[in-house]
Amino acid sequence: MPTIIDIQGLTKTYAGGFEALKSVDLQINEGEIFALLGPNGAGKTTLINIVCGIVNPTAGRVLVGGHDIVTEFRETRARIGLVPQELPTESFETVWNTCRFSRGLFGKGADAAHLEKVLRSVSLWDKKDSPCMQLSGGMKRRVLIAKALAHEPEILFLDEPTAGVDVELRQDMWGVVKDLRAEGVTVILTTHYIEEAEQLAERVGVINHGEIIVVEEKDRLMRELGKKQLTLHLYDELGAVPSMLDNYGLELSDDRFELTYTYDTKGEHTGITDLIKDLRDAGIRFNDLQTSQSSLEDIFVDLVNTGR
Amino acid sequence: MNFHAVQAIYRYEMARMFRTVVQSIVAPVLSTSLYFVIFGSAIGSRITEIDGVSYGSFIVPGLIMLSIMTESISNSSFAIYFPKFTGTVFEVLSAPVSYGEVLLGYVGAAATKSVIIGTIILVTASFFVDIEIAHPLLMATFLLLTCVSFCLFGFILGIWADGWEKLTIVPILVVMPLTFLGGTFYSISMLPPTWQTISLFNPVVYLISGFRWSFYENADVSVALSLGMTIAFLLACLVAVRWIFKTGYRLRS
Repeated sequence: MPTIIDIQGLTKTYAGGFEALKSVDLQINEGEIFALLGPNGAGKTTLINIVCGIVNPTAGRVLVGGHDIVTEFRETRARIGLVPQELPTESFETVWNTCRFSRGLFGKGADAAHLEKVLRSVSLWDKKDSPCMQLSGGMKRRVLIAKALAHEPEILFLDEPTAGVDVELRQDMWGVVKDLRAEGVTVILTTHYIEEAEQLAERVGVINHGEIIVVEEKDRLMRELGKKQLTLHLYDELGAVPSMLDNYGLELSDDRFELTYTYDTKGEHTGITDLIKDLRDAGIRFNDLQTSQSSLEDIFVDLVNTGR
Repeated sequence: MNFHAVQAIYRYEMARMFRTVVQSIVAPVLSTSLYFVIFGSAIGSRITEIDGVSYGSFIVPGLIMLSIMTESISNSSFAIYFPKFTGTVFEVLSAPVSYGEVLLGYVGAAATKSVIIGTIILVTASFFVDIEIAHPLLMATFLLLTCVSFCLFGFILGIWADGWEKLTIVPILVVMPLTFLGGTFYSISMLPPTWQTISLFNPVVYLISGFRWSFYENADVSVALSLGMTIAFLLACLVAVRWIFKTGYRLRS
């Protein structure tokens, strides 16, 4: 897939001296769903705001569709739709008018049919004549999405799209993102809910302290950095792990009825067969066992904590 | 040129005006009528003609200027300050628009509104007093230049203000005294010589004087100087706006 956003050595130092981005390099492919993960204050929003033209970069450059965001801002901004993290909506304008305003602002002529399609896709059609201030928080979020889609962007930035949103709306939103993906729109989302990235994204980038820690295909990331655990529920209480099992690194639970074995999913030799044989030799009996795989969230926490 | 964007901003701002039609149009008409009742009829009946013009007619150009200056500043500053305050300004900042287009949209709409208000006041005044306009073209030029300049000034104010207090402090503490002391209700020649000299440092004197000349051909300062000062003020505002946009002052971090 060709690169649609090319970020090279992007650095941002705010007036107060805070270094929000430290020479970030990142390539986004055309038509993919990319999730940018990171704790609060990691630089996610700064990165998005620079690409969209709201914040000036200190150094480095960004190309969108081959155009420079500073010198050819008309080319780049016209392609991008942004749904910000906060919910700034007009108060008195109607939903329809504010969406029509957005479309015009981004240089597109009036197109009632397109606006209708967008409003229907986010279930706002019946609210089109309502003033924005009469809408609930979830509805306002939908308005912002509709505004961002009003000018038919090729790239959509969703900054924390489901923060403080109820389950139903979150599901709706995921549906909208998947539909956009099917239409060939590139979607870049930042989120705190790792589950969201796990559900939607094809590639994942992790950012912390203004630096990109890792960029990887989601499945590969989960395969490579993921761990599997085998938990054995013991028949009898176990006083201590016998020394003959030392090299398995087993963990005994506090109630002394569970043994946990962590193994690498990449390794060809997981050691499970040997473990079970050695357990029998040690006279440890178990009545149940289960395996679990680390989620993207576990991997994320791990990455952020170790800084890799 | 992103014509659609200019149109979108302009249309949006004009819609705001018609949504607040009472505040936008009725209020200035009412206050002007009150000025006429108080200054024109009650006080004016005791003041004889000024340079051959009845007092009621004399204050018409000043009143129009007073209203359009105040309205231009408040409209234009609010138009950009409010999106900054609520955060909706992000959309304009992320849009494929140049600063010139943003300016054309916001200031164009605010100036249009001011011209409408000025015209309404002129029509309202014509019900109270006799008005003759000796130089309609010049009158329109002064009106337009003043509207555009003060809308630009308001725009700068709206960007500079980072709180509601700052938004109102300049109009109340600077602009209002200058307009009241700028010869709205009197001719500068009626003042003692020292105050006449001091008045010449007030830029509003030039605007009102020139505007009044286009009505009655009487002025405190030469009309060419008035026109020059008005254009100078417009240019000063443009330079300031250009600097703001170039540096992203209080708009882009």
